[in-house]
Amino acid sequence: MSEPEKKGWFSRLKDGLKKSTSSVSDGITGLFTTGVLSGKRKLDAATLDELEDVLIMADFGVVTAARVTQELSRTRLDKEVSDEEIRRTLAGVVAQTLIPVAKPLVIDPANRPHVLLVVGVNGSGKTTTIGKLARQFRNQGKSVMLAAGDTFRAAAIEQLAVWGERNGVPVIAKPVGSDAAAVAFEALEKAREQNIDVLMIDTAGRLQNKQGLMEELAKIVRVIRKADPAAPHDTLLVLDATTGQNAVQQVDVFRSVAQISGLIMTKLDGTARGGVLVACAEKFGLPIHAIGVGESIEDLQPFDAREFADTIAGVAA
Amino acid sequence: MFETLSGRLGDIFDKLRGRGVLNESDVGAAMREVRVALLEADVALSVVKDFVEKVRERAVGQEVLRSVTPGQMVVKIVNDELVAMLGGDSEDINLNAVPPVAIMMVGLQGSGKTTSTAKIAKRLAGRDRKRVLMASLDTRRPAAQEQLKILGTQINVPTLPIIPGQMPLDIAKRAMEAARLGGYDVVMLDTAGRLHVDEGLMTELDSVKFSTMPTEILLVADALTGQDAVNVARQFNDRLNVTGIVLTRMDGDGRGGAALSMRAVTGRPIKLVGTGEKLDELDNFHPSRVASRILGMGDVVSLVEKAQEMVSEQDAEAMVKRLRKGQFTLVDYQKQLAQMRKMGGMSGILGLLPGVGKLKKALAGANIDESMLVRQDAIINSMTPKEREHTKIIAASRKKRIAAGSGTSVQEVNKLLKQHQQMADMMKKMGKGGKGMPQLPPGFDGLLPR
Ligand SMILES: Nc1nc2c(ncn2[C@@H]2O[C@H](COP(=O)(O)OP(=O)(O)OP(=O)(O)O)[C@@H](O)[C@H]2O)c(=O)[nH]1
Ligand SMILES: [Mg+2]
Repeated sequence: MSEPEKKGWFSRLKDGLKKSTSSVSDGITGLFTTGVLSGKRKLDAATLDELEDVLIMADFGVVTAARVTQELSRTRLDKEVSDEEIRRTLAGVVAQTLIPVAKPLVIDPANRPHVLLVVGVNGSGKTTTIGKLARQFRNQGKSVMLAAGDTFRAAAIEQLAVWGERNGVPVIAKPVGSDAAAVAFEALEKAREQNIDVLMIDTAGRLQNKQGLMEELAKIVRVIRKADPAAPHDTLLVLDATTGQNAVQQVDVFRSVAQISGLIMTKLDGTARGGVLVACAEKFGLPIHAIGVGESIEDLQPFDAREFADTIAGVAA
Repeated sequence: MFETLSGRLGDIFDKLRGRGVLNESDVGAAMREVRVALLEADVALSVVKDFVEKVRERAVGQEVLRSVTPGQMVVKIVNDELVAMLGGDSEDINLNAVPPVAIMMVGLQGSGKTTSTAKIAKRLAGRDRKRVLMASLDTRRPAAQEQLKILGTQINVPTLPIIPGQMPLDIAKRAMEAARLGGYDVVMLDTAGRLHVDEGLMTELDSVKFSTMPTEILLVADALTGQDAVNVARQFNDRLNVTGIVLTRMDGDGRGGAALSMRAVTGRPIKLVGTGEKLDELDNFHPSRVASRILGMGDVVSLVEKAQEMVSEQDAEAMVKRLRKGQFTLVDYQKQLAQMRKMGGMSGILGLLPGVGKLKKALAGANIDESMLVRQDAIINSMTPKEREHTKIIAASRKKRIAAGSGTSVQEVNKLLKQHQQMADMMKKMGKGGKGMPQLPPGFDGLLPR
């Protein structure tokens, strides 16, 4: 994924994340303003407890929050530290987990087409993310085709068609109720014929505990493989940043059913902090490719571990 | 698999059985577990803190009834308090105004507003025999208006004709006008998803509210929402004075802590819950169900679902066939053990069954050790394939070898064999009954010492 051409993606991200992280950083500032020393305070057990709370409020989950806090305590316990120092250390610890998994989405030009399957629970932002990705690929001069694999939800096909129009790329669709796997198969054939660079396949939202729907997803993958044993070259799981600890379960199950190759987290422009991503990184080590920071076509940013960690901890750039 | 609260508390209170009154330090230890359980269930931290304080006050000094353990006593207090905080059973949709009355659906992007709009419309039109008109004010998400229109045809509820390019407020006014002229009772207004921090879009909702004077403003929220639930609910409520909450995706396997968070910060009732993608999958809110789910105690429904998930169709068929023939070998027994472990062990399974008080008490009394499942697994692994199929051949010398191989004792091997026998007998009965596969994984009964 290239850096978006639009100026100021950095500040868009910051704006987006600022809203979302202000309460974390407020929380940290709060720790110090209530301290006896203005601005300096011992990183004692009580402070660490409070810090752990701050992480829990960011959806880190109990276990990951405890792990991060413990790591903080190893480095700084009982030393006098400033507000800024603690933010940096916290960011550092968080970044350590995220840096190894922050990997751009790479389209291999040898694949014609490079097949991207996009999956996730209902409403997580799959279709919108496909629309945004299409824009980025088009900007890189790649030819793109979309497949309307959500044959279930009302107007899902029309929705994807609009994104196709916005990007000036073809959308392959069959009537509502058709077999999603058949749509994927047909699109793959067409993409081959037309020498397309990237084929993105949208799928219906499904909760990971619905066995029938997960079986259907497994079938989509199988059928794609029949057409091209190397495909899908990437299977992206789209996670909603407002989701709590259930995101871990989502990654776990989708991974085993559809061999997820990478994650994208959407809706980081709200107040949700997406801390569960840290728990997921720790547990699964799957690449995190990008984040969604708005509803417009350009609101998809490469995932930058330090940036993400810094903003979560409220480190001033 | 989440550890259930009752399991955790059981550990803490094991040593204390028989004491008369819950003292401060016992309760303190228990409250730490309650806190973790609630946080794992995605209840917002601020709400967890308040809740734990309340329960602590109630629990300290409580007399433990003779028939229950202190752990059970605390679970009961926690559960009662949770149910109380979640509010009473469902309140109905308020249509108390001169028709047509407006119902506004609001919430974050992707929370399930459009589907919920159609579900409520279907219910009002069907069960309550109201004349309902639906209108989509979502001019932002591609094909959102078409989505509602299609759902309308599916449920036979008319939608306001789409005029491309019309602004949300104007659509709302047109909908009210059309409803007045057409003699409708209710106008369902589906709005575009938006962030609670989006000032511009929140103002838009404000103006729609002002112009249509809805009797209900329902905040639609995803049951899988994490800590952010408090921010979302508070801000939507501050801006719009929502009248109730609709919780979607309750058919997921999230623990639903958001229900408690949102209820606590807004004081608004949870009016309805969405339990599936189909348009009749709308349920009234049952606080006790949600409470036991948050506490990781589930309900019978989820137990059955789980059992079905664990046992693959083929496995089940093969098993039934064998049972019919009266075969239930240690290999089958081992499979059952594995399933039980997946389902959170004994306490996990029992926790899912609110109705089995007797069994639970028996279990508490028997002091069953969860690690036994693991040890029994090891014992079976130390047997030869032949021994697993024909337990009769396991004589004393073999028992010694098996015990040594699995790091257990001959006593334990004997116990396993006895339990297997009991279960095999039970299975034979079930198999003869011929009613297909048993719904619950059998076995917990067989593991209870007699
Ligand atoms: N604020 C914000 N909204 C987003 C973002 N990504 C997607 N959305 C919105 O979330 C809603 C759902 O997005 P969709 O792309 O339709 O989600 P989906 O996963 O395809 O949904 P289903 O196909 O219904 O399961 C839409 O209103 C999108 O505009 C994001 O990064 N930020
Ligand atoms: Mg979609």
